[in-house]
Amino acid sequence: MNARELLIQAAYLAASVFFILGLRSLSNPDKARRGMQYAAVGMLLAILGTLVHENIVTYQWIAVGLILGTAIGIPLGLKVPMTAMPQQIAISHAFGAAAATLVGINEWVVRGFGAGIDRGTMVALGFETLFGALTVTGSLMAFGKLQEILPGKPITWPLQNATSGGFFLATIGMFAWLVVDPANPLAFWTMIGLALLIGVLLVLPIGGADMPVVVSLLNSYAGLAAAATGFAIGNNVLIIAGALNGASGLLLSVLMSKAMNRSFANVIFGAFGAETVAATSTSATGVSVRSVSPEDAAVQLAFASRVIIVPGYGLAVAQAQHVVQELAEQIEKRGGEVKYAIHPVAGRMPGHMNVLLAEANVPYEKLLDMEEINPQFEQCDVALVVGANDVVNPAARNDPASPIYGMPILNVDKARGVIVLKRSMNAGFAGIENALFYEPRTAMLFGDAKASLTRLVTEIKAL
Amino acid sequence: MTATTVIQLYVFVLAAFVGYQVISRVPSLLHTPLMSATNAISGISLVGSLVAAGSGSSRISNILGCIAVTCAMINVVGGFVITDRMLKMFRRGGKAGDPT
Repeated sequence: MNARELLIQAAYLAASVFFILGLRSLSNPDKARRGMQYAAVGMLLAILGTLVHENIVTYQWIAVGLILGTAIGIPLGLKVPMTAMPQQIAISHAFGAAAATLVGINEWVVRGFGAGIDRGTMVALGFETLFGALTVTGSLMAFGKLQEILPGKPITWPLQNATSGGFFLATIGMFAWLVVDPANPLAFWTMIGLALLIGVLLVLPIGGADMPVVVSLLNSYAGLAAAATGFAIGNNVLIIAGALNGASGLLLSVLMSKAMNRSFANVIFGAFGAETVAATSTSATGVSVRSVSPEDAAVQLAFASRVIIVPGYGLAVAQAQHVVQELAEQIEKRGGEVKYAIHPVAGRMPGHMNVLLAEANVPYEKLLDMEEINPQFEQCDVALVVGANDVVNPAARNDPASPIYGMPILNVDKARGVIVLKRSMNAGFAGIENALFYEPRTAMLFGDAKASLTRLVTEIKAL
Repeated sequence: MTATTVIQLYVFVLAAFVGYQVISRVPSLLHTPLMSATNAISGISLVGSLVAAGSGSSRISNILGCIAVTCAMINVVGGFVITDRMLKMFRRGGKAGDPT
């Protein structure tokens, strides 16, 4: 190992350590920012180390790529609104995976179109291009759905799992063929084409509410593609960073599936929400809801000593995070205590609601997760539900016939009083009727969430 | 299977294990920044892209590499900038003017 090689390896080792320290810092919100800055330094070290690589003889192409990427990346990073975070991360996965795929294709082309590649390397290259390609199209589809360019409802077709399964088997077949005969261009390009198609087929049938699982899963695939690149070109920092990322994505998707009480397979193959629309509307007939005026709701909130706010994605859609914080301040001024109950799948990606509320200056110790907050509902005077629906539906606990039965929910129905802000009596994202709205202690405040909250703030101020 | 591949597998498995341990300690509060952070880190494909873009072997390599560097760099820069923006927002209460 010469001095140059030693320098490169030292840079890579330092980068790996910084990455792990950075991720570890995320267990503490006070230290997280500094830790991630270390991780960025690690990335810089990895780049600088690579630049002295002996195989690099020309720098103009590198300079063009680095400058162009930075010029696009910085404004993208600075401008994207927090509500758009899931689609931003989805598109970012697509870029990273595209890079891995292109490196894989290049490796295959440069080594005599596969002629100079041994079978072991071909396995790594195959995984790299396979995971890379399906992450590219899968992420673009997820982006399209989250950005609402594509319909958010699951798109299904007859014999769906059979056709997707067929394409999947064909891809595996091409992969196997390629390992036996690495120089076969037909197998190589067909495999990439099929992988691109599978990315589309994988995400098409998945509904908007299941997107957190998909985005986490794509996160994992992007990591695996990077790790496979590391195997293919013999680079440990790629293997380590890819493995970290793969583990993280997988862990998050399992956590998300658990929060919806559904198996992984069910999310991917179930096309949830497609045929459940008319399932349980029985509770709706014959019972009426109690609606409340903003004035009365304001009185109820102003004199409550314990209030729990239950935000859902509807809050973010209405851009009402700041008004909610204002309302909380008004209640606190009058001596009430306000906490926020965050369901693991509230929002469009894991932890999304926390970010949206943190942006509105809600101190993070008031953001409590499900396990922490659930025992506190019984002592709570008013639970204020803003734009959340399925995650507060008691049917998940009581009604075995409900499609969401068994899903862990926030125990809002245990609170002494419930106020639900809702636009109309339409069913939620998953199209399931919510018995909570018909409870005698539940009062419905109809209207746009932001307008209703603004009204509540003015009313409380006027008291 | 060569000795190098075996070592690579060790590295992969151990790193995945460390990743699992480290990440299971991240509270759900920070799951979005976590995802954006790992997303930024997965832009490490940049390292492979750089070698391709700078290689003297063929013009195809330079072009594919240049596109790959651009993509990976968008991933890395955008990812770290957004993560930092998010983490900056998480703060404790009890600032001036707070009645508690």
